[in-house]
Amino acid sequence: MQILFKTRYEDDIGFLVKTGEKVRVGMVLAFLFAAPLFLQTYYLSELSLLLVYAIAGIGLMILTGYTGQVSFGHAAFLGIGAYCHAILISHGVPFSVSVVATMILCGLVGMALGRSASKMHGFYLAIATLAFLILVETLLGEWVSMTNGYAGFAVPGMKILGASLGKAWQQYYVNLFFILLVIVGAANLFRSPTGRAFLAVRDSELSARSLGVNVEWVKIQSFGVSAAITGLAGVLLAHQLSYLSPEVFGVLESLKLMLMIVVGGLGSILGAVFGAILISVLPIVISFLKDVLPPAIGQQPGLEPLLFGVIIVLFIVLEPLGIYGRWMKLRYFFETFPYYRKSSFVRQKSYLKTERLR
Amino acid sequence: MLQVNDIIHLAVTGLAQGCAYGLIALGFVLIYKATEVVNFAHGEFMMLGAFAVLAWSEFLGGSFWPAFVLGCLSIGAVGYLIDAQIMRRIIGQSSASIFIMTVAFGFIFRSLAGMIWGWKTLFLSTPFGGKIEIADGLSIGVDRVAIIVATVLLCGVLYLFFSRTRYGIAMQAASQNQLAAYYMGIPVKRLVSITWAIGAMIAAAAGALLAPITMVDTTIGFLGIKALAGAIVGGFGSIPGALLGCLLIGIVEPFADYFVPEIKGVSAYIVMLVVLFIRPQGLISQTFEKKV
Repeated sequence: MQILFKTRYEDDIGFLVKTGEKVRVGMVLAFLFAAPLFLQTYYLSELSLLLVYAIAGIGLMILTGYTGQVSFGHAAFLGIGAYCHAILISHGVPFSVSVVATMILCGLVGMALGRSASKMHGFYLAIATLAFLILVETLLGEWVSMTNGYAGFAVPGMKILGASLGKAWQQYYVNLFFILLVIVGAANLFRSPTGRAFLAVRDSELSARSLGVNVEWVKIQSFGVSAAITGLAGVLLAHQLSYLSPEVFGVLESLKLMLMIVVGGLGSILGAVFGAILISVLPIVISFLKDVLPPAIGQQPGLEPLLFGVIIVLFIVLEPLGIYGRWMKLRYFFETFPYYRKSSFVRQKSYLKTERLR
Repeated sequence: MLQVNDIIHLAVTGLAQGCAYGLIALGFVLIYKATEVVNFAHGEFMMLGAFAVLAWSEFLGGSFWPAFVLGCLSIGAVGYLIDAQIMRRIIGQSSASIFIMTVAFGFIFRSLAGMIWGWKTLFLSTPFGGKIEIADGLSIGVDRVAIIVATVLLCGVLYLFFSRTRYGIAMQAASQNQLAAYYMGIPVKRLVSITWAIGAMIAAAAGALLAPITMVDTTIGFLGIKALAGAIVGGFGSIPGALLGCLLIGIVEPFADYFVPEIKGVSAYIVMLVVLFIRPQGLISQTFEKKV
């Protein structure tokens, strides 16, 4: 077991406390920064896409994992972000201005949704966000003069301060910059009073309110932050896809985001990243399975959603804490060796948290 | 310009559609009242129901009613097993996980149905062909009338079941307070599973009755989301409220599609968002502020 001696003030406020953590994070960072040197273009663009999804996942994680508000409509913010940014830069607005404007727009839309959602709870919210997503998708398809409808919208190349950044490795570094910004920002958020209020609302609205937290305002804030981050992911996704069409931002995409954070582990930033890794690796595994399995099963068009569904069900039943929970247990096992017991992580069951009192 | 006949025609079409939503919503609300789980896969139960009836009627050589009964029973069995084997294990987890779980079931069901019965649109032959002439130049399909009649019948049967039979009253008790019901010797676990089975059976019946209108393919389960929207408009906690909301949405839809064709298919969600914005608990509320 490792015992921590905190001798400096920085030890208290640092994100990474233990040496092991520092080494691990350093290795991951070194890998990420060096990746363009040894990865082929295909794998590099896959890795960039992973980073984009990780940003979107962190956005949703702030709302669902940390504030406890379920949203099935986050692909809508991805879509709004992507379209808004693409339209702005095709009108000649510089990249940096456009990113900020897009994030503000997404944040405001998110706050408006949060305002209408702040009185709802549980599944009312889930359904309202789902309806919001369907409306946004329809709007993106029908507003032909702005979005070019279902014909698709070509995204102009990325240009920062006059320098054209079209190559895969350049986009990759832009994505890397933004995800590091988002991770540090999110980690800081949850050490601030605002972020702590998010957690309080998630755990119990009633006790948060009696501790003086303005629950409605917290929900609006959470929606706003989450939507702005997801909008940022949308901006990067627009450059990654380079061709937008409304179907991309449908219910399936929302479910993918949900799958990411649930399987990754609700309530941890690392979980969103794990989830993004999973959904990037899964298609590769599925295409491998298609070759291995007999064609009668392997070539079925429904194989992918089936596997997605089965994975979600298995994770929720067997490992509710997700991949992050697995990782935590593994780490705990080694750190406290040989004191780890099966019951170290037995979750307390609570029955029928009722919302209607009759 | 709209004629009176057109208005009546649109209204009756909407009424039938609303009844179909209502049938699905009935299952949602029953399951919600019993377990506080919102089953997002309920539309998929409906889809499976249509497929199951189709499969049984092929197996039995084309006779509809035995196939209808067998199809509903088999989907009821699926519902029972889903609860007894899986949903029961995740009681007490965060509601987000449970929603996502049921959505995942929807995906699994859709894929399985596609793998078993193919992805093409199929046709289920029912005894509800033809049209009824009501007035001059105004006729309504028998299939739509059948849905309205079936909804009224099923609601009556369910009302009698829940108010008169031993099992029904026990279910009501279990839904009001599981622990107290358990202390009174009510087998709560089994009753919850049976509630799932009943909900699934109603959805399957709705699927089979809707089959002449929507045809049978793997995507008809998305009607379930509209039924959910309807149930929310009315207020999820009460069965009459949910039915009312579904009827409202069903009747608004054809008129909205007629007057504003741009929003075809999404008017139900607009109605729902507007209602939620004004009355977050639905029109007939069953939720009360928690008091300490």
